[in-house]
Amino acid sequence: MALLKVSGLDVYYGSIHAIKGISFEVNEGEIVTLIGANGAGKSTTLNTIAGLLKPRLGSVELNGVSLLGTPAHKIVKQGMALCPEGRRIFQQLTVKENLEMGAYTGDGSTLNEDINKVYDLFPRLQERYKQIAGTLSGGEQQMLAMGRALMSHPSILMLDEPSMGLAPILVEQIFDIIKRLNSQGTTILLVEQNAQMALSVANRGYVLETGRIVTTGTGKELLHNDSVRKAYLGG
Amino acid sequence: MLSYLINGISLGSVYAIIALGYTMVYGIAKMLNFAHGDVIMIGGYMAFCSTSYLGWPVIPSVLFSIIVCTMLGIVIERLAYKPLRDASSLAVLITAIGVSYFLQNAALLIWSSNPKAFPNMVDLPNLVIGDIQISSVAIVTIIACIVIMTGLTLFTTRTRLGKAMRAVSEDKGAAQLMGINVNATISMTFAIGSGLAAIAGVLLCSAYPTLMPTTGAMPGIKAFTAAVFGGIGSIPGAMLGGILLGIIEIFAKAYISTQLSDAVVFAVLIIVLIVKPTGLLGKKMAEKV
Repeated sequence: MALLKVSGLDVYYGSIHAIKGISFEVNEGEIVTLIGANGAGKSTTLNTIAGLLKPRLGSVELNGVSLLGTPAHKIVKQGMALCPEGRRIFQQLTVKENLEMGAYTGDGSTLNEDINKVYDLFPRLQERYKQIAGTLSGGEQQMLAMGRALMSHPSILMLDEPSMGLAPILVEQIFDIIKRLNSQGTTILLVEQNAQMALSVANRGYVLETGRIVTTGTGKELLHNDSVRKAYLGG
Repeated sequence: MLSYLINGISLGSVYAIIALGYTMVYGIAKMLNFAHGDVIMIGGYMAFCSTSYLGWPVIPSVLFSIIVCTMLGIVIERLAYKPLRDASSLAVLITAIGVSYFLQNAALLIWSSNPKAFPNMVDLPNLVIGDIQISSVAIVTIIACIVIMTGLTLFTTRTRLGKAMRAVSEDKGAAQLMGINVNATISMTFAIGSGLAAIAGVLLCSAYPTLMPTTGAMPGIKAFTAAVFGGIGSIPGAMLGGILLGIIEIFAKAYISTQLSDAVVFAVLIIVLIVKPTGLLGKKMAEKV
């Protein structure tokens, strides 16, 4: 059974029809990626799944339970975390406070242990745990955003453009972490403009164009698909 | 000179406590709650009624006043502001002014426009140092202000709810993604702000013991000024702004002119805002897309 199942999703931004009936699945243990150009509807899809936007039609199911109508702040507890586009860490809070916020739904019993796990993944955060998050570099902020999302023990982690604005070496690092998290059992739904990187780590991918899924396949298939290569991989 | 300073700090402490309500609500709901001053007035009347009519002792009547105002704050937010969460800020502002008039007129209806003589809530001897006499109300006010400031600082930096409050004030969407209930957090902020308004009401009426339906209006505006002066959205800013405003007001009354004191206060505000538009301790917030 699919861990996350999206069917016939239709989302409007005011009068703009942003998502036009898309359906896809993420199975347990997979890395699935949604690729597409700016404005294709990738972030809208993730925000709708996370409950920040209300779809007009369609359904979202996590572990067979419908998420529609569940307010965003309750979805976290169901085992889903979204690491949003642009990181959106709490700039005025310290690094450690940001991580604590990530564990907001927990009972606090594993808080220190979980924070240490994040420090293991991102040693840089431990060095700066007392620092105000707004003073971190872009790469460190991305690490913090990912660490924060992990604090709620998600069974599925959704990452929105984790490589945005990062130097190539940092992009490599972030993708290494994504693979590592996945090998430790976290299912990942990844939205990326860096299609090359995303497809090379993903089990499967979906290509989004103006609110519709136009192509789907395994990561390898899509990497070698002619139209995908032309449109997203620079030939 | 010293006694002016202490009076100024005391008046400023009242402004500071009120300004905290403005600044916390602004920080979290990004709205100016112009009804805040009138919650002070309601707080005053609650304390007045429970002591003068029911004969309650001071502590229970202050607690009663705090509880009523806290609930009033939650109800106002729920009925008047929550339905407008996504409306333009102008609509919310006008609603707040409406709520302010509603409270004033409700008070007018219940208690009439005749000023009530507020009972002396602080029945302690005045402090005499050499030839300076400091009123006990002033001392209690300053102590209350210090306690509140310390409490709020600890609350926002040490507790889970307090940190969540800061998170919500920065980014509601991201806060929701953490599992924070944004609506509940906003309610809580109104509750705290209104509870503080009740305390401010009791302290204000103890220092200036005439209570009328318009009692809260002017201190409300001054405290709002203090919040902007210190940098709206900033808790230490509200504190600093309030105290400075009180000191400036008292000194202007003493050395310039009683009539002009308010003009001096606002002139200082204008100068500060020209030099530093975000207020004394205000942070420049990046516009979010």
